[in-house]
Amino acid sequence: MTTLTLSQVTRDFDATRALDSVGFNVAAGERVALLGHNGAGKSTLMKIILGLIPATSGSVTVCGAAPGSSEARRQVAYLPENVAFHPALTGLEMLRFYLRLRGENPAVAMDLLARVGLAHAARRRIGTYSKGMRQRVGLAQALIGKPRLLVLDEPTSGLDPVSRREFYAMLDGLAAQGAAILLSSHALTEVEARTDRIVILSKGRMVANDTLGALRRAAALPTRLQVTARPGAADQVAVALAAGRRNGVMVDLTCAQDQKLARLGQIAGLGDLVADVEVIPPSLEDLYSHFSARAGNETCKEAQP
Amino acid sequence: MTRILAAAASEARIALRNRWVAITVAMMAVFSIVLSAMGSAPTGELGADRLSVTVASLTSLAVYLVPLIALLMSFDAIAGEIERGTLPLVLTYPVGRFELLVGKFVAHLAILALAVAVGYGLAAAFAFWGDARAGQGVAALLRLLWTSLLLGAAFLAIGYALSALARRPGAAAGMAIGLWLVMIVLYDLGLLAAIVADGGGFFTTHVFPWLLIANPADAFRLYNLAASEATAAAAGLGGAAATLDPLHALASIMIWPLLGLGLATLAFRRVVP
Repeated sequence: MTTLTLSQVTRDFDATRALDSVGFNVAAGERVALLGHNGAGKSTLMKIILGLIPATSGSVTVCGAAPGSSEARRQVAYLPENVAFHPALTGLEMLRFYLRLRGENPAVAMDLLARVGLAHAARRRIGTYSKGMRQRVGLAQALIGKPRLLVLDEPTSGLDPVSRREFYAMLDGLAAQGAAILLSSHALTEVEARTDRIVILSKGRMVANDTLGALRRAAALPTRLQVTARPGAADQVAVALAAGRRNGVMVDLTCAQDQKLARLGQIAGLGDLVADVEVIPPSLEDLYSHFSARAGNETCKEAQP
Repeated sequence: MTRILAAAASEARIALRNRWVAITVAMMAVFSIVLSAMGSAPTGELGADRLSVTVASLTSLAVYLVPLIALLMSFDAIAGEIERGTLPLVLTYPVGRFELLVGKFVAHLAILALAVAVGYGLAAAFAFWGDARAGQGVAALLRLLWTSLLLGAAFLAIGYALSALARRPGAAAGMAIGLWLVMIVLYDLGLLAAIVADGGGFFTTHVFPWLLIANPADAFRLYNLAASEATAAAAGLGGAAATLDPLHALASIMIWPLLGLGLATLAFRRVVP
């Protein structure tokens, strides 16, 4: 079942086109990562989904309703980039306020803060919080009620690695209960393992929308093989494999996906000269650069007569 | 209703933390006491009881102070949320902009009511302490109390409209002070100048009374002085417009809060987070 449907969404700010015919869906229980450079249109797209700003053209359906309608707002949770709260209120007071706005019992505020690891600071003013702590208050308010769609703008910025892991575990739980999740992030490595699908925006246009595996196949980027030679044998290994030497013992080579096994066979054939071998598939960073750059080139080509 | 109360409770707590409650109450208390102390000398000769005279002085005080306090509390209401970046999140909640506005309004009006009640209460206590006949002025004092709240409500609402239009707290503060100067000080001076220039012509007899009533601060002063037995104790513009129907003035101070809230809602709806 589709929770969020975007079709041909375009948004102009004066003469600039911030979004150009963006269309994708997010199903219930699906975690979708929205990637793109600064200014690619991620936050604009999120604000349109939330109904904070209207699209210039195109259609958006959120939980079967129009974005920003009270029907949609009841079922959508949002975590803005650099979330801010009134500094004079405590974390507990702030959450009670948000719970009341959603018509929920304010007494669960403490439980929510405990879930994001803020119980110890609940009665302190938010003005004294660190960025990471404010981010946790933001997460706690996004967990209120049972949102069917979570829109999270850079949710893990300001969180330490352990908190990030806890945060993604929390998202897994929400997705398992059927919530659709759309999140943007700059930390590609963490998104890689914790989302079902990846949407890449580049200069307002959607340049990729698929699972990580499918994007890897489509991009057909070379795989890296990192060979560790026995001490003193690095030169010999490099010559045998016709590859460059990185340092005293390592030899780096790249090969296309379909030549990988043949290359590995060659390496195995060197016997005692090789101590170890690592196979490094193209990372999300590589894929991201590939798709973003390709979109950039296309734009350049189009611009030429 | 729950949402309005939630917004009001949150706003009241913020005002308490930011010392706004203490500041407004202290301001009203200090000015009322000073006024009572100064006004204690000329009683008796006027024939009015001491509380009635105090009410007349308090009316003049309230015209300046109540709008000022109201604008000081309200100018930050929307511009401050925009500046802090707290607006986008709250607007994704299932709560209307009008509800948020009314929540703030309820909280600010309650604080103003507390300040006004403390200030007038102190002044009344002084009057009773010095004059046994002060009971005669209680009705005038109560009238002053609720009309002060209407006056405050009008300027709170206008302050929200300015706050939404300005979008930055600095600009909103400047606009609020400017508005206070124009409506409380310059407006009357302008009207006086126009009357002098007109020399009792059409403007003075037909336009001037309506212009006077159109300003909520003047309407407030007119209504209280016209209704008070101590009008003689504080003449001025009130005397110039003695022919006016006080009910028109009352209508003006009742309509302004609603008009202001309407304007504020329109301005707030145009804010893009």
